[in-house]
Amino acid sequence: MDLILSAIEILMRWDVALALLAGSVGGVLIGAIPGVGPAVAIAILLPATFSLDPIVGLTVLLGIYGSSMYGGAIPAILINTPGTAVNALTTYDGYPMTARGEPRRALSLAYSASFFGGIFSVICLILFAPVLAKIAPLFGTREIFLAALLGLLLVVVAHRGQALIAGALACLGIFLNTIGMEPVKYTQRYTFGTDALGSGINLIVVVLGLFAISQAFVLLTDEDEKIRLTKLRGGMFQGLRELARHPRVASVSAGFGVVMGMIPGVGEFTAQFMSYTYAQKTSKRPQDFGNGSSEGLIAAETANNAVPAAAMVPLLALGIPGEALTAMMLSVFYVHNVVPGPGLFQNQMDFVVALYLALLILNVLVLVFLLGATRSLIQVVRIPNRFLGVAILTLSFVGVYSLRNSATDCFIAAGFGLFGFILKRLQLPAVPIILGMVLGGIMEVKLRAAMARVKTPFDFIDRPVAFILFTIILIVLATHILRIRKEARELKEAEWQTKTSSTRFGALLLRRRTSFLKEHGRKVRARHAKLLRRLTDLF
Amino acid sequence: MQSERERRFVGPRRGQLLFVLTFLTLSVLLLSQIGTQTVWVKKTDFFAQPRFWPAVGVGGMVLFTALHLWRLPFRRIERTDLREALRWAAALEYTLWFMGYVVLVPLIGYLPVTLVFVPLLAWRMGYRSPQMMAISAGFAVFIVLFFKGVLAVRIPGAALYEYLPDAWRSFAILYL
Repeated sequence: MDLILSAIEILMRWDVALALLAGSVGGVLIGAIPGVGPAVAIAILLPATFSLDPIVGLTVLLGIYGSSMYGGAIPAILINTPGTAVNALTTYDGYPMTARGEPRRALSLAYSASFFGGIFSVICLILFAPVLAKIAPLFGTREIFLAALLGLLLVVVAHRGQALIAGALACLGIFLNTIGMEPVKYTQRYTFGTDALGSGINLIVVVLGLFAISQAFVLLTDEDEKIRLTKLRGGMFQGLRELARHPRVASVSAGFGVVMGMIPGVGEFTAQFMSYTYAQKTSKRPQDFGNGSSEGLIAAETANNAVPAAAMVPLLALGIPGEALTAMMLSVFYVHNVVPGPGLFQNQMDFVVALYLALLILNVLVLVFLLGATRSLIQVVRIPNRFLGVAILTLSFVGVYSLRNSATDCFIAAGFGLFGFILKRLQLPAVPIILGMVLGGIMEVKLRAAMARVKTPFDFIDRPVAFILFTIILIVLATHILRIRKEARELKEAEWQTKTSSTRFGALLLRRRTSFLKEHGRKVRARHAKLLRRLTDLF
Repeated sequence: MQSERERRFVGPRRGQLLFVLTFLTLSVLLLSQIGTQTVWVKKTDFFAQPRFWPAVGVGGMVLFTALHLWRLPFRRIERTDLREALRWAAALEYTLWFMGYVVLVPLIGYLPVTLVFVPLLAWRMGYRSPQMMAISAGFAVFIVLFFKGVLAVRIPGAALYEYLPDAWRSFAILYL
């Protein structure tokens, strides 16, 4: 109780209240505009928050992170375009509801489900905080190294069908982090003799390039979308009543959100996928899923809103971010010399609880704001795409230039913007680069410190937590290899099924003989020989 | 006709091979420079070597990209790849706009350059109505006043502000 009181004391400031309001309203607005998203907004605002108190800066960023998904549901439901990437599943059941004339019901249900998910996860984590405070000190240098390695591994294998290139991009992140003066032996690494690279490549410059500037390029080179908005009729409170009729789906989905949010590299998509599948399998009307099912909408929205609070756990308890947004927040901690990790949970537990309470208040603020202002808010989806591109490019300048007033940083950010644009065009992930940079830095420091006390390789995993983490790494690797083998087998089966003739060796020889004996085969061979002669004559 | 392997590929076909080949070439070039760009320090543990983590990073880039290339179902650069490369080049125009903005702000000032940059780029994008021009100018003023005036982000005064009268100079350096 004392802990909660001291946490409330931290929050009882006018600037924190203002940050909560700005974060919640700003987050909803940013989420509601398709093409912007929380990553762009956080990347731009990051340097501006450095001059604020840690709790104020983090509240603004957390506000944007936590409330953008509420806003993202609006265009997902009304115009079938997700406001943020994690609202993609909302379109499955939200838009069919709008199509059959129930946009109010869908929006109200999405808000209520999101609110439940947000509140559920914060309460879970406040109750879970004392346990975390006991577990966190068990993490020494080796355990943090292994946890960071596990996080990186999970991010890579989570990209199904793209794991190899995701691995290459994560390694690019590790490499980028090593550029510049190395802090132990004071040697230069990959600076090519230039002063500009001597101080290294700043994470925020890369983040702004990969998320904000690249998004500006995407919008500027694209066409404006024609948008037709549906008029909203009816009450906004019916969703709360409807949610109460599905307590099982709501609580299980929120549970998935909490658990998946805590695992680095997993996040919203897996939580949504699992909760949606669960809801469909246990529903009395599974055929409605994808056609405007209220349970489907509840599962998707509850799961994704339960993630932000949970995603703060590995960041606060171990100093390990599990995704790009928490990686950006880590830099706010570093700027203010607040080092997240076991020490934070032991010495500044009230700060941690204050952050969770801020998230709790934020969810209430967002719900109140949305219930009252949705009708006016939906007009933001009318902002033309390319004008948004102009705005993001202008705002990106503030983000990069205000860091160190360096034109070189801006050049590097523009380069990463172009690289991010190419990645987006090819649908390749940029998140592994960011996590590679952050986790690569953590791994370098922790491995160096850990190896100083290790005599044999087995000493590295002789502590229980280290052993458990090592076993999990092996399980993840083994599961991934088995999945690849299964996919390869399925591919082979599919390839063979599409062939109309037999693939047996005997049948192959028979067809070859027929080709030699038939007139048509002779003509084909003569044509090929003629082409070959022409080709050889060229040389 | 598309093969089963091509059909199961995640993402569009256009540009994939071009990107992977470029990325692999750059990675190999970086790996070839590891001897000159990093140092091997004597009497230092293997894991504490300054060369260790760059080797992990660049080595991983080469290994994983090579494996990705090996598993890639496309083996030939086609017209769609070249068209995609032109699309990438189209973004270069906006990179130049951005760089021009970056170069001009320290010389002319944050407010005047933003006040020209936003409406000009909006004009270039086809928003030429007086209403959109006014919105663009209003947006530019808002950004400068909000970030520099309210949030006090670090954007130094321009060289041009030095020529302003004394009373105006300090105000312009602080807020515009």
